[in-house]
Amino acid sequence: MALLSTHGLTARYGQFQALFGVDIELGEGECVAIIGANGAGKTTLMRSISGVLRNAPASVRLRGEEIGALPADEVMKRGISMVPEGRRLFPSLTVEENLLIGGQVRKGSGYWTLERIYALFPILAERRRNAGTALSGGQQQMVAIGRALMANPDVLLCDEISLGLAPVVIKDIYKAVPLIRESGASMIVVEQDIGQALKVADRVYCMMEGRVTLSGRPEELTREAIHAAYFGVQHA
Amino acid sequence: MNWLDTIVQGVLLGGLYALFAAGLSLVFGIMRLVNLAHGDLIVLAAYLILVIVSVLGISPFLAVTIALPLMFASGYVLQRVVLNRVLGEDILPPLLVTFGISVVLQNTMQEAFSADTRRLPPGDIGTASLQVAGLNIGVMPLLTFASAVLVIVVLNQIFYRTALGRAFRATSDDATTASLMGIRPSRIFAQATGIALMIVTIAALYLGMRANFDPSIGPARLIYAFEAVIIGGLGSLWGTLAGGVIIGVAQTVGAAINPEWQILAGHVAFLLVLLVKPRGLFPRAVD
Repeated sequence: MALLSTHGLTARYGQFQALFGVDIELGEGECVAIIGANGAGKTTLMRSISGVLRNAPASVRLRGEEIGALPADEVMKRGISMVPEGRRLFPSLTVEENLLIGGQVRKGSGYWTLERIYALFPILAERRRNAGTALSGGQQQMVAIGRALMANPDVLLCDEISLGLAPVVIKDIYKAVPLIRESGASMIVVEQDIGQALKVADRVYCMMEGRVTLSGRPEELTREAIHAAYFGVQHA
Repeated sequence: MNWLDTIVQGVLLGGLYALFAAGLSLVFGIMRLVNLAHGDLIVLAAYLILVIVSVLGISPFLAVTIALPLMFASGYVLQRVVLNRVLGEDILPPLLVTFGISVVLQNTMQEAFSADTRRLPPGDIGTASLQVAGLNIGVMPLLTFASAVLVIVVLNQIFYRTALGRAFRATSDDATTASLMGIRPSRIFAQATGIALMIVTIAALYLGMRANFDPSIGPARLIYAFEAVIIGGLGSLWGTLAGGVIIGVAQTVGAAINPEWQILAGHVAFLLVLLVKPRGLFPRAVD
């Protein structure tokens, strides 16, 4: 049985339908990447899984339990944490408080503590008393990842963690992924950067216009197949 | 006329206004909710203390310890059942609903307790005074002011030193992201209103012991509370104390010049502060 799965997941914003029957699976210990262009529905998928958008109960399952209709705080307590798009640090909280609040309600296995987060991203220890929003974009992303890890989630959802960051910073952030996986978290990583996604993931789903258009292991996917699934263009 | 005495009395009076205002400031700071029933809730708490005093025959200071948890529970339920439903982008629904609650409370209290003025029995403390540096300082005003400072110190400790306070600030910043941290915003808001009504109860204790009250005086207390909050800067608790003190001093100085000017002088001070600092004295940087 998959750790996390979606079953015919649909989502709407008013009249606009953003997802059309999406089925994805995440196995225990796996890292899955979701790629796709802007507007493909990747963020909507993350918001649906995390409970920010509510769905039919059976459309999202965690270890078989139907969690599609639960509010975000209940989903989080069951072990799914999210690094939201745009980082969304709390401006009134310091770096350390932003981290602490991530583990305030759920501590999980207890592997990730303030000390371990600071060991993972040493710069945050130096800036612990600063306002979270006073940091650079890359440092803010580290806080957002650390904040989600503080709950010791079974599933970590990372939405566009490299968006708007310099390549050297992206490298630093992706260095953390193997450590996060060793700590026992399975991951879903949403990426627009196809190269980065193929490097880090065990399996890849490609989305376009609210549907999954391609899935498979990175080594099985040809460049042409990805282009077709990503842009909707067929190569001759 | 002794100016020092007038100013000291004004500062102490400001403590009462700060107590009126602290709950309003807390609720506004966390959920941007302007509670127009705030003054009537103070009067309701005063009647609750009065009922406990009459039934059990105990002092108001003891009665308040029974009233505090009851008012917390009322605030929690009020927020969960009514106010959470109207919170949102639009600020008009909460204004209308709390205005409605204000009217309902005034009429219900009129039915239940009649329009007669009442007072909480302060005991000997009501007339006791201390001689400090040649000034005659009433124990009751001093207690009121000390309570206001204590309330604000405790609130600040909760805000900046506890997990609950962290959740208050995070939810106030971004309720959706707070829910991703496992926090249920509706429960956080309910706890905030519960705490606000505990402060209201402390305000009611001093209001009821220092002066007569009847079911109709809530809206005037709301005005003083509003002025203190706005002078201090929306959402700043120490600012709220400063705001209360400014109104208090303006009122006693106004009254010292001409007794008819007391209330007017407080409102004029409010307008003057707004002319000079439209966002109040200590506005929050994030707003």
